[in-house]
Amino acid sequence: MSDKPPVLDFATDWDHTDPQWVNNPYPIWEDLRSRCPVAHTERYGGGWFPATHAGVTAIAKDTDHFTSRSVVVGNGRPGEEDLPAPIGLAPPITSDPPFHAIARRLILPAFAPGAVNALEPQIRALCVELLDRFGEADVINAGLGYANYIPPSVIRQMLGFPEADTEKFLEIVHVVLENVDKPEEERLEEFLPINEYFLAQIEDHVANPRDDLTSYLLNVELEGEKLSHELIGGVMILILVAGIDTTWSAIGASLWHLAQHPEDLARLVNEPDLMPVAIEEFLRFYAPVTMARLVKEDMEYLGCPMKQDDWILLGFPAANRDPVVFKDADKFIIDRAENRHVAFGLGIHRCAGSNLARLEMRVAIEEFIKRYPRFELADPAQVTWAQGQVRGPRSLTLRVR
Amino acid sequence: MKVVIDADLCQGQGRCFSIAPNVFGFDDLGNGVVLGDGTLTSETLKLAQLAMANCPEHAIFIEDDE
Ligand code: HEM
Ligand code: SF4
Repeated sequence: MSDKPPVLDFATDWDHTDPQWVNNPYPIWEDLRSRCPVAHTERYGGGWFPATHAGVTAIAKDTDHFTSRSVVVGNGRPGEEDLPAPIGLAPPITSDPPFHAIARRLILPAFAPGAVNALEPQIRALCVELLDRFGEADVINAGLGYANYIPPSVIRQMLGFPEADTEKFLEIVHVVLENVDKPEEERLEEFLPINEYFLAQIEDHVANPRDDLTSYLLNVELEGEKLSHELIGGVMILILVAGIDTTWSAIGASLWHLAQHPEDLARLVNEPDLMPVAIEEFLRFYAPVTMARLVKEDMEYLGCPMKQDDWILLGFPAANRDPVVFKDADKFIIDRAENRHVAFGLGIHRCAGSNLARLEMRVAIEEFIKRYPRFELADPAQVTWAQGQVRGPRSLTLRVR
Repeated sequence: MKVVIDADLCQGQGRCFSIAPNVFGFDDLGNGVVLGDGTLTSETLKLAQLAMANCPEHAIFIEDDE
């Protein structure tokens, strides 16, 4: 990263891994909205970044002109042959219509509110257990010791993988999420033991069916046929990729905010009914997820000369700060009643896990502030932020007493 | 006054049924549905309007009586 030249003008040379963007992207987006609503870059082989709510909405909903074949900006482009469009590598997130709807229907019932709400007691028990581990410490790491453990543990439980495998599962998650830009061959090698583990768990569920997500995936039918074990393994990987550092970031950013805004913390402690509204404002203000699209063919779009295979960096977090749509867009208003934010995306790829993510956020924050009704940053300089398309605090030390 | 959800626009963002659980529900896929025939009282009208203002997909409509 350090070998890249620093960005001098984000309107003509944007780079979402530039330290200025990683540290504080909001002024950059505000500046772009005022003078160049669709920014361009020659980096990554060419790409565009709409900074407005309108631009993000138009592209997110336009699956005729943009493909989800790859949703992570990089230097290469996925070849047609290794990604049989419209299915893609990780359906449904990398699928286009018409296959997308079929793949999405498979997983939606497992993440619908009815199925997800039933998990609340076990998520609560998990949060309490994690908080207990902090004991009587005055300073705790809420990023690496709380927020990071909740999403993978919930997914492990949903999949019905053994409690005894918790550590192993965390290792797997680590491999899946880290080093995504390693060469393809190294990645494949790293994934071998993971596939093996998943296949063994799947076999075990064939032998001993139970009421969990793995057994659900074994029973569900795609056009009259059961899913292959490989495809089920693929769905599991997607859920890990999509559901972990995203939710970790959302929980972490919320706690980071509360640590610096005692007035908001006090309101949440005193008015628990405010929580659902507050969660939506956390999601708007600290939206952790930026996606990407590829331009399907040369065209003029939003007034820009787009070329086939140009990237679109789809900034849901930037859309959420657009003053055209949000009053006082750059202010965090904990009881903001009208909040049409797009943190979970828009259109057909809307986050399939949004009900689960909201539940995890709510329970994680409720239990945290119940245990620690007052807390503050132990050392602001030590907070580290993830860079790339998922943004949120990683290490987050808090003084809780 | 009646509230309707345009099923072609709704993507199951779930804002409506959390804001107004006595006006909206959800189906097996998590998409929003209007409970009953959607007729609104002066009380539920406010909640339905709030849900409408929060739906990211602009999928909720309130129709005047014919
Ligand atoms: C606060 C946490 C989360 C945020 C902000 C978030 C955000 C997003 C966004 C913006 C998309 C749209 C992708 C696109 O337009 O290309 C998406 C898709 C998706 N998310 Fe999430 N996500 C979160 C948590 C989760 C969780 C917990 C799960 C599952 C366990 C999950 C599963 C998925 C799946 C499967 C998709 C693909 C849906 C499709 O393409 O049809 N997400 N997410
Ligand atoms: S808020 Fe809108 S998109 Fe979401 S479930 Fe309700 S109608 Fe559908």
